Amino acid sequence: MTLRIRVDIVAKILEQSRAEYPDECCGVILGPEGSDSAVELKPMINAAHSPTFYEFDSKDLLALYRELDEKSKEIVVVYHSHTETQAYPSRTDIAYASEPNAHYVLVSTRKEIAPETEFRSYRIIDGEVTEEPVEIITTP
Amino acid sequence: MSSSTTSAEIEVRIPTILRPYTKGEKLVTAEASDLKGLITALDAKYAGLGERLLENNELRRFINIYINDEDVRFMGSLAATLKAGDSVTILPAVAGGCK
Repeated sequence: MTLRIRVDIVAKILEQSRAEYPDECCGVILGPEGSDSAVELKPMINAAHSPTFYEFDSKDLLALYRELDEKSKEIVVVYHSHTETQAYPSRTDIAYASEPNAHYVLVSTRKEIAPETEFRSYRIIDGEVTEEPVEIITTP
Repeated sequence: MSSSTTSAEIEVRIPTILRPYTKGEKLVTAEASDLKGLITALDAKYAGLGERLLENNELRRFINIYINDEDVRFMGSLAATLKAGDSVTILPAVAGGCK
């Protein structure tokens, strides 16, 4: 399955990953329930404040899921940055991936490839990683 | 018997990833007076669920459980007491990293 994502959302995620460097940044993109449509960017605080780990704050996590329930939304994308390694899910990412319906997006800002960046998307289901194409769309 | 040990029926929200254990149900109920008892009661109804929540009799590091709006880690974890009308939410942490 292809992840279709607006160019302005991609730009904001890359901007966030640079702003929070050297820590990993993280967040979600929400959409209407059942739509698989990534429309609402929601940057989250990395409670771990770490260059090698990210974790949503526990209170923020509850607030996020309450919002999903109340407004009939779903998490379409879970994203985070890798600052020194490639944009591929690590063992930790795979172990903790808990949204089988979400696209897991990784961006990398590692300096070997600067000023280029990587923006890649995966499905992570029962420990199986499948990369999927990303289609970046420009809005009318 | 003190009122604190009286079991109450508790509503529990189950996250997507654990719904295979509850036959797809998002909202289930179980009777308990504290969180440890609730997990035991849930596991009796939905075999295997307990193991996804506990490791060596402790709450798993990357599972968050809330009683109403409060993370149970700030309420005594497994010893957190439950009373009628409480609502419990289980959420796996959203976490990862480059290692």
